[in-house]
Amino acid sequence: MRTAPVNSYLSADAPSDTAQLSIRNVSKVFPGKRGLINKISGKTSRDFVATQDINLEIEPNTFVSIIGPSGCGKSTLLNMIAGLSSISGGEILLNGQPITGPGPDRGMVFQNYALMPWMTVEENLRFAIETVQPKLSVKQRDRIIKEHIQLVGLVGAEKKHPHELSGGMRQRVGIARALVIDPQILLMDEPFGALDALTRGFLQDEVERIWEQKRKTVIMITHSIEEALLLSDRIVMMTRGPAARIDEILEVPFPRPRNRETIEQHPLYHELKAEMESHLYRETRAVEEARIRK
Amino acid sequence: MTLSQPTPVDLIPSVSKDPWWQNENIKAAGLFALSLGLFLLFWEIGARAGWFVKGVPTATETIKELWWWVTNPFYNNGPNDLGIGWNLLISLRRVAIGYILASLVAVPVGILIGMSPVAYKAFNPYVQLLKPVSPLAWLPLGLYLLRDSEKTGIFIIFISSIWPTLINTTFGVANVNQDYLDVANTLGSSRLRTIWKVIIPAALPNIVSGLRISMGIAWLVIVAAEMLLGTGLGYFIWNEWNNLSIANILVAIFIIGLVGLLLDNLFAALEKFVAFGRNS
Repeated sequence: MRTAPVNSYLSADAPSDTAQLSIRNVSKVFPGKRGLINKISGKTSRDFVATQDINLEIEPNTFVSIIGPSGCGKSTLLNMIAGLSSISGGEILLNGQPITGPGPDRGMVFQNYALMPWMTVEENLRFAIETVQPKLSVKQRDRIIKEHIQLVGLVGAEKKHPHELSGGMRQRVGIARALVIDPQILLMDEPFGALDALTRGFLQDEVERIWEQKRKTVIMITHSIEEALLLSDRIVMMTRGPAARIDEILEVPFPRPRNRETIEQHPLYHELKAEMESHLYRETRAVEEARIRK
Repeated sequence: MTLSQPTPVDLIPSVSKDPWWQNENIKAAGLFALSLGLFLLFWEIGARAGWFVKGVPTATETIKELWWWVTNPFYNNGPNDLGIGWNLLISLRRVAIGYILASLVAVPVGILIGMSPVAYKAFNPYVQLLKPVSPLAWLPLGLYLLRDSEKTGIFIIFISSIWPTLINTTFGVANVNQDYLDVANTLGSSRLRTIWKVIIPAALPNIVSGLRISMGIAWLVIVAAEMLLGTGLGYFIWNEWNNLSIANILVAIFIIGLVGLLLDNLFAALEKFVAFGRNS
């Protein structure tokens, strides 16, 4: 049952010509074990349909959040966009070209930072830019690295190794590394999930500030309603898995630049929040019930 | 920390109020000195009073011998009367050659095997079968194949110190954090660049701890092997046994232990150097 959606579409987002990223009828199936050896050893398992018929059109320079109960295949969807996970059905188009594998046109921010522990902050960025643009002169490279260290507010920590940094600082490095290659799309997989509440809020503000500067297309996976409302232009709400699909897409009309105090004053803020809460609550309860029945 | 100065540190009771002799390290050092003293005393009295078998040297005799060997390490009166410094260098040289050859094989092969699950499964049986074989079991084979005691010594060091490095390298490479590989993949890094810049540094803590175990084994094995080969610390012990000089055997044991300890500490420091906050 749908309770007074503010601005919602059905799961089929209409195909768009202007979209930068088009996800069309995408599904992901993890094949089960049905081979001869598995049959003999009695360890067969059925195919697992993680996501089914996902349709989403993402316009350039928009910030899109994907939110849904745990295990709904949000990360699987993001990994398919990143090219790290194969697509079982449908297609994902980036500027009209189907995605077949990973590439530097998409920058990825990982939940657990995924910084190379043996590289300093600067070296982590240098590894990224050297890999993507090996022909750049050392001078240009140094300038770009310096720019991005400034952008995320890490001046003075260039020569530090990740284990000497706090979680929040590590994720700043993660964001800088994703941006330093100048990708068309920034993919963020629960970027603040491993941070404490205060650091989290601080980093959300930072991402808002950086986004105002860069205006890159962003796809972010999150569990946090407030985070999604603060940062996104559109919020994609997914149903529970297996065979997760898009339930609803909310448009977030708050003017930019935003900050957490002023958006709460917006007349639609509480309506949107209630809508998301009821969706997440409903889906999470269904997940829990399904788990008990197993 | 100086205790006389009334600093704000004094406000933290648990830090500042302990007298200096309550410090854990100082207590441990005291206990060490006490136990060593008691042991030497027991040895000295026991040897003088004839509590042990006939011919056991006293502690003072042994320490005098140790001092003599340490102060006259390099003299050469033929193969059966060689200074302990020469013998030590001979042993170290054999270990170094065999061990470096083993590492040069084990690390690259381990990297190759670790990157391919198929190769891992295919070659694992060899490793598992050969790993538990006592190094000395290779000695006759080495002598037969190489017809040379020097080369056989190196061969035994090689064959016994290859396994821990190989196993650890394979493990380290096979278990590189998937996130690091994802980062390299999303950047479009070439296979070679990923191996060089990501896989090897990520596996380095495992590789170095493999090298450390291998070094320990090489040092264990050389002494046993040299008893049958002539020259080196192992032969020194064998020779002193033939001379029935128990004091010199004890001196050699002490020096072998000391050198082993130094080598191990060297690798422990290297492990720390490549860890970068990871605990391997």
